[in-house]
Amino acid sequence: MTETTPAATPILSIVQLRKSFGALVATDDVSLDVMPGELHALIGPNGAGKSTLITQICGEIRPSAGRILFEGRDVTRLPAPARARLGLGRTFQITQLCNDFTAIENVLLSIEARHGGSFDMVFNPRRNRASMALAESWLEQVGLAGRGERPVSSLAHGERRQLEIAVALAREPRLLLLDEPMAGMGPEESAALTRLLLGLKGRYGILLVEHDMDAVFALADRISVLVYGRVVFTGGVDAVRDHPEVRAAYLGDAQPC
Amino acid sequence: MPLTLRQAAIALGLALFLAVPLLAEAGASPALLGLANRILIYAIAAVSLDLIIGYGAMVSFGHAMFFGLGGYVVGIVAYHTFGGEPLLGRSGSNAALLVWPLALAACALLAVLVGGLALRTSGVQFIMITLAFAQMVFFVLVSLQSYGGDDGLMLERRNMLPFIDISKPTTFYYLCLALLVIWTVLCSFIVNSRFGLILQALRQSERRAVNLGIRPFPFRLAAFVISAVGTGLAGVLWANYARFVTPDMAAWSKSGEFMAIVVLGGLGTLLGPIAGTAVFIALEQLLSIWTEHWMIVMGPILTLIALFGQRGIAGRVFGGRRD
Repeated sequence: MTETTPAATPILSIVQLRKSFGALVATDDVSLDVMPGELHALIGPNGAGKSTLITQICGEIRPSAGRILFEGRDVTRLPAPARARLGLGRTFQITQLCNDFTAIENVLLSIEARHGGSFDMVFNPRRNRASMALAESWLEQVGLAGRGERPVSSLAHGERRQLEIAVALAREPRLLLLDEPMAGMGPEESAALTRLLLGLKGRYGILLVEHDMDAVFALADRISVLVYGRVVFTGGVDAVRDHPEVRAAYLGDAQPC
Repeated sequence: MPLTLRQAAIALGLALFLAVPLLAEAGASPALLGLANRILIYAIAAVSLDLIIGYGAMVSFGHAMFFGLGGYVVGIVAYHTFGGEPLLGRSGSNAALLVWPLALAACALLAVLVGGLALRTSGVQFIMITLAFAQMVFFVLVSLQSYGGDDGLMLERRNMLPFIDISKPTTFYYLCLALLVIWTVLCSFIVNSRFGLILQALRQSERRAVNLGIRPFPFRLAAFVISAVGTGLAGVLWANYARFVTPDMAAWSKSGEFMAIVVLGGLGTLLGPIAGTAVFIALEQLLSIWTEHWMIVMGPILTLIALFGQRGIAGRVFGGRRD
């Protein structure tokens, strides 16, 4: 599959994807590529269908038509867990963590999930030094060093967003779908998260859905603009900034930068 | 220091249970041993049910079917062993090491069937489907005319174990205690294991787990079957304790009783439900001496604990981690 010049094969390829709920067309003939190591940002106003697109890519809902290729392989019919096992990782717009667990247990879960989970009913993963050290290192990477033993329910909002990313990373995905990682964050936290994502850039293919335009312009290699379920434009950062249709459709008077 | 409090509570509880036969022999009350024995047997079922409700959020309202099936396998085999006609060309056996595993295997099989269907759903539908299956088992037992139908089935004598004589009440009591301890230790290994981590993650955020590559169904089914086997073991012991099985063992009210006990003791704590069983059965006993309408008192007590004691009576001591 990937034997033919891997650099040329997109890690994620969406081909003429379409999803309608009754008369409402949430995803309208969307085609989009993410290259290995590329950070592709997806922007668009609320209700443009960004989250619907993400849930189709990760397999939680089925598209009405079109195809999704992961590393050249058609995954359109695969259920979500199978796609995750192929290397498709994601974070959620609304934090999805195990709130009764500690931070490090959430990361441990992700490490365990690399093999689809285990039926080992004796061995306590919290007692495994290698796993714990690995989990701790993921926490460090996202800036949560020393916070591992805190229950998730006692973490601040920003910390949970960081943990959300650590959990996704610990799964060792090849493609990351980041669904509004900055949602609900203050400017300082956003800036810190932008630095974190800059550090991750190049190691994964990343599809980033985000409203924070400073972050998008700082991070993206390419930007696609989604309006009413359609990709109205795809291009580099400068091209998007200057594109009149994009300004009219989405950026409006915001005057980024 | 919750850890030492927890250890102290475990040591105290264990010491109390160990001392019961001595107290009973010392003439405290001959009924005491029987009461404590019933607590031990029900506690095995309660711990098993907590495994799936407390740790897996699978609210089974039909667990009495496994209690009933475990008991009936023992009862039916005993019926054929003592005096009845041969069963499938065999004359039956009274060896516990043969009959008990057979009963547990039957429960596991039923659990695979019921769980396999019920776990396609969740929430209220799951509750209703487990209830429906339990009712089916109940009516099948009622319709077994050759095995007593409504009236149930008497057992000539208890099953035989090598080396120990469980026809003696004290010996049987200690066997039940040992089995409860072993089962609880096994269950606590399970919930702290890699499997347990995933089971608990599925309770807290199925969406997260699924998007990490975990297929929920096999994990839930495994937990459901383990829980059913534990409940079946309680049924097996009950049949031996009472030497009498009735369809009521599988009645929906029995399922409700198990659930009430688990909630009373504290969901997701394993040890809490043991304390819950002790309180429930002791209260039932005391209140029913006082009045035959003991449920009038028991009902409000349960409601209050469910409303205000979110972790049950012993949840704080045994450390459920929910806030």
